[in-house]
Amino acid sequence: MEIGAVIKHDIKKAPKTGDWRYMKPEVIKEKCVGCGACVKYCPEAVIETIDRKQLTIDHGKMSKVKGQILSNEVAQIDYYFCKGCGVCANVCPEKAIIMKKETECVKCGMEAERE
Amino acid sequence: MNKKLTQKFAPGHSTCAGCGIPAIVRTVLDATNDPVVVVNGTGCLEVTSTLYPYTSWKVPYIHNAFENAAATAAGIDAAQKVLEKKGRGGKKAKIIAFAGDGGTYDIGLQSLSGALERGHNFLYVCYDNQGYMNTGGQRSSASPYGASTETTPSSGKDIGNELYRKDLMQIVEAHHIKYLAQANVAYIEDLKMKAKKGLETEGPSFLLVLQPCTNLWKYPTSLYVHYGKSATETNFWPLYEISAKGGSASGGENVKYKINYTPKERKPIEEFLKGQGRFKHLFKPHNKKVIEKMQKMVDEKWEELIKRSKN
Repeated sequence: MEIGAVIKHDIKKAPKTGDWRYMKPEVIKEKCVGCGACVKYCPEAVIETIDRKQLTIDHGKMSKVKGQILSNEVAQIDYYFCKGCGVCANVCPEKAIIMKKETECVKCGMEAERE
Repeated sequence: MNKKLTQKFAPGHSTCAGCGIPAIVRTVLDATNDPVVVVNGTGCLEVTSTLYPYTSWKVPYIHNAFENAAATAAGIDAAQKVLEKKGRGGKKAKIIAFAGDGGTYDIGLQSLSGALERGHNFLYVCYDNQGYMNTGGQRSSASPYGASTETTPSSGKDIGNELYRKDLMQIVEAHHIKYLAQANVAYIEDLKMKAKKGLETEGPSFLLVLQPCTNLWKYPTSLYVHYGKSATETNFWPLYEISAKGGSASGGENVKYKINYTPKERKPIEEFLKGQGRFKHLFKPHNKKVIEKMQKMVDEKWEELIKRSKN
């Protein structure tokens, strides 16, 4: 049987939805506690938590909230598909994600790396 | 891109920035490790996730018309049963149907009713954004009383939508299926638990998920979780599940209501309404009665729910 009208998923054909963005979320690594709230609510699923050891962190800037336990994880955003909606900044309990105005043209100035 | 979350549904779709539908889809799909087949009735999800030549779906997905998501799901279930009988079955796939409120409350209601009544084994997920949001926000029978929509605009003395929201949960419950639940995208863990239960149920199961629409509820893109949570905390959208052990054969005897989340302190309905463009007109002095009426409706529904959960 010939199968017609079927498309297969191919991430290389995906439109670069990062082009839509005019506000850019940035993770303040010193404040992030790696709780993962942004990860599950991100509509594009572009946030993941990575090992904190991979990053260089200014420990002086680390937020000193009482009883706060910093986990080994920290959020990282992939800007290729991020539409800049700001949900992550809104759900973050530590206010560790801030929205900044996009300074470079996403289309030509900055080419986010694709995995 | 988060590799763990995007195993079944990838980014690159064109849902509006700040839309919760992809979160619903991923949560429901991740609730099972079995193979799944997805059926999708026309709506926001269908047009945004399948932009030719790209598709966001990494699982088998059937593109069908507005009214027949449930009928297609029923067909897949029947085909699997026949293949099993012939001994060519293999492992049975779970069937999940997604549709919006337009494709469930209005246009797809007859096929949904038929599939539920015949007892096919599938999970139907309705993401309810309370209107035909894909085509510009026309009124659907899920639109709440008092909302200004494209076809029922508010102006002068008009309050917008003067009709009441259809109680779909009761309609579906009347089919005596084994499991149905009302969920909310802002409570992801709860949604996942319900999706899991629904997928484990033999026979049809139904999920009604609230999906705040940033574009046509008219609020900033970053706030879908906020409005989802305030809908539940004001009791506008209670989280509950209805399960019947006996299923269709024993009728309503074993029906059990369970409220999953009771707000510690009931917030007034204004908490949910304020900030939404579609309810902006209600805050004018001459529309005070409308808000009072909405509050009364919400309270009555909640009391009824509590009464049933105690039985």
